[in-house]
Amino acid sequence: MRDFARLFTALDETTKTTEKVDALVAYFRTAPPADAAWAVYFLTGRKPRQAVAAAKLRAWAGEIANVPTWLLDECYEAVGDAAEVVALLIPSAQSTTELGLAGWVETRLLPLRALADDEQKGAILAAWRELDLAECFVWNKLITGGFRVGVSQLLVTRALAKVAALPQDVIAHRLMGTWEPTPAFAAELVAPDSGASDASRPYPFFLAHQLDGEPAALGEPSEWQAEWKWDGIRSQLIRRAGQTFLWSRGEELVTERYPELAALGDKLPDGTALDGEILPWSGAGIMPFAQLQKRIGRKTVGKKLLADIPVVLMAYDLLELAGTDLRPSPLSDRRAKLDALIPQVSDARLQPSAVVPFASWEDLTVVRRESRARQVEGLMLKRLASPYRVGRVTGDWWKWKVEPYTVDAVLIYAQKGHGKRANLYTDYTFGVWEGGRLVPIAKAYSGLTDAEIREVDAFIRRNTTETFGPVRTVKPELVFELGFEGIQLSPRHKSGIATRFPRVLRRRADKPAAEADTLENVRRLLTPGAPS
Amino acid sequence: MTRLLQTTDAGLYCPPGNFYIDPWRPVERAVITHAHADHARPGSAAYLAATPGEHLMRTRLGADIDLQCLDYGESITENGVTVSLHPAGHVLGSAQIRLEYQGEIAVVAGDYKVTPDPTCATFEPVKCHTFVTESTFGLPIYRWETSEEIFAGVDRWWRANRDAKKTSVIFAYALGKAQRVMAGVDASIGPIYLHGATEVVTRAYRASGVALPETKPVSAESRKHEFAGSLVIAPPSAAGTPWMRKFEPYSDAMASGWMRVRGTRRRRALDRGFVLSDHADWPGLLWAIEATGADNVLVTHGSTHELARYLRERGKNADVLATHFQGEADEPTVNGAEAVE
Repeated sequence: MRDFARLFTALDETTKTTEKVDALVAYFRTAPPADAAWAVYFLTGRKPRQAVAAAKLRAWAGEIANVPTWLLDECYEAVGDAAEVVALLIPSAQSTTELGLAGWVETRLLPLRALADDEQKGAILAAWRELDLAECFVWNKLITGGFRVGVSQLLVTRALAKVAALPQDVIAHRLMGTWEPTPAFAAELVAPDSGASDASRPYPFFLAHQLDGEPAALGEPSEWQAEWKWDGIRSQLIRRAGQTFLWSRGEELVTERYPELAALGDKLPDGTALDGEILPWSGAGIMPFAQLQKRIGRKTVGKKLLADIPVVLMAYDLLELAGTDLRPSPLSDRRAKLDALIPQVSDARLQPSAVVPFASWEDLTVVRRESRARQVEGLMLKRLASPYRVGRVTGDWWKWKVEPYTVDAVLIYAQKGHGKRANLYTDYTFGVWEGGRLVPIAKAYSGLTDAEIREVDAFIRRNTTETFGPVRTVKPELVFELGFEGIQLSPRHKSGIATRFPRVLRRRADKPAAEADTLENVRRLLTPGAPS
Repeated sequence: MTRLLQTTDAGLYCPPGNFYIDPWRPVERAVITHAHADHARPGSAAYLAATPGEHLMRTRLGADIDLQCLDYGESITENGVTVSLHPAGHVLGSAQIRLEYQGEIAVVAGDYKVTPDPTCATFEPVKCHTFVTESTFGLPIYRWETSEEIFAGVDRWWRANRDAKKTSVIFAYALGKAQRVMAGVDASIGPIYLHGATEVVTRAYRASGVALPETKPVSAESRKHEFAGSLVIAPPSAAGTPWMRKFEPYSDAMASGWMRVRGTRRRRALDRGFVLSDHADWPGLLWAIEATGADNVLVTHGSTHELARYLRERGKNADVLATHFQGEADEPTVNGAEAVE
């Protein structure tokens, strides 16, 4: 635990990527495999089911620190992190533990779930007495989850690749899918030869970058393929060893949630991996994303939901065929094989993501204007010669989204942020005018620069008219331009509309609050085809 | 709560004595707790402060101010109010102001810390009926390690940087914190350099007889000078300025009580945050308040509402003393932190 806490502190102390990777490498070189496996598990954002609620930890910490509940709440407000506030409150102890990370997780953390309340409390308090401030914070983090330390899976991958002297792609692939944090896994992760890999394992997704300028900068149109940018769930459908696996982009196995795609998978030849988008699809075409949302998160789907909101896989890439990894071959080849495969499968639930023909960038600019009517987010531009890369690599895949809907709205409520932004007011609610009143239309976390955040924070503190718990009502004065991906009618919202992916585009210091948009203006932007 | 003190537009006022304490506007007679800019403001006709702080007061407010100094414990009488100054342990010359009038005693502590500091006299509790306390760190999450532990950490960092051929740059408030840092580190690790603003105040400290290790102003070295291995002490405002370039490659750190919270530390995007404060931590505040024996407590600066409520729940007659800065000091922002630290 001491070494892992030191690693955590080292990662936390620097903003420099190279230093983070060095710290990780140093840790993985010396850590016993059992500890290394758990370290990878937590650092890549995985977490066991929460054993003890954060509220309980807080209450126990308050008890032993002799701090009343209301004051605990104030402390939490100032810190913004449940695990940290507990570590800061309890009496500091000297580190006396010699138990490693795996020992702490397997013999101290995991058994907590099965314990009764008072036994849990005893176990937690005993742990706190053995750990110093940094270790205690890490321990609390392990319990409460949300272990974010400014380390991405990519950095962990880089460090492991260095330790194993293997290409990063190999490590990235080994980290995909479900695995158990065992010493054997840690050994396999850095083993020279991967051998037979797990049948379920998906490939790391290749992610596109946002194209901010004009596509002309990309060069010859003939070197590029254009497709619509679908508004669904990115996923991989895999058929191997007589089994079907459907993975979402968050590396979650979602096969059971989409039985129609599981059935589709069963029709694929063995040794196939498709990359595509799960889309809600009625006979007439795509349904709005809001419909798909009704299926996301449902572990089991009833007959009615299946009939009302069926889904298809809009396939755009073929990563594996007949057990061969096709990723190194150019997109043009992969696409040709995909186009040959789809008619063989001959199932309406598998659709090819159509290639949008264009001769010039000007043509494509015109075609892109159809995006909203087609209920897509814009276009994808993919270099025909590109291999299927790992992660967000710049250059070969671009998303060229349509301009977002924009609205000028007034800041009306504010709340403090969390983590790095605990103490600053960064969570805003915005309103637009309706009959002389401002009705809330969107909540957005700040999309502002640090300097702007401080300015707005100072404004909020000086211009609070009312407070409701952590929420401050602010004098309606600051105007911001908000961007949305979509706007739909919603009886659940006070304004009668719901916004999709609202974010702050910029501060409109030039605009007085009275000239902000009206609800009427916003209604005019309603997404076509949205249910009303 | 007491007829000895009253809040006015110009600041805290003692009506029977007809003088102000740390006024934020020019007044006839100002009694000053310490030389930090948010307490010692220019323009008043006459000042009263503690003798050890004389050089700092003149450095900050001008050599020619009308300044009367009192030794700690010495008293004078102003319009029937007996005034004496007592060590507050915050920075050199910082004083608690004791007021006695017709048998009633009030103490205005100003900013204070209760732990020893080699650059100033240690806080001494003064018995009183009414105690005016600060509460900059008035939440139980704020608890300090001992100076020895903190400086062991600073020394480790400096030594590691020296061995890695890097400059160590530590940001510390120019008056008080900077001198505490130079007095606390192991000066045998390497040379210590000072930013210009820090240099001016450090001279005043030396002139006041405070023993400090040898330091040099950064400006004394040539443009090509190699700073690797040395410790540079600079005010927080120097962070991110072009002035920093001459120290490349460097590791930077901030010495402040706010560094106790990870979010504040991370927001600064510095390599290190050393939790070194010249204010009392939560246990220190509670200890100091108890030691005065005061039944009435007035709380100002920082988590005022929280500390006052906590004291009330423990049977004290406690209230918030509204000040000019209340809105901001209530929840200090990063910039606010610089103003009060």
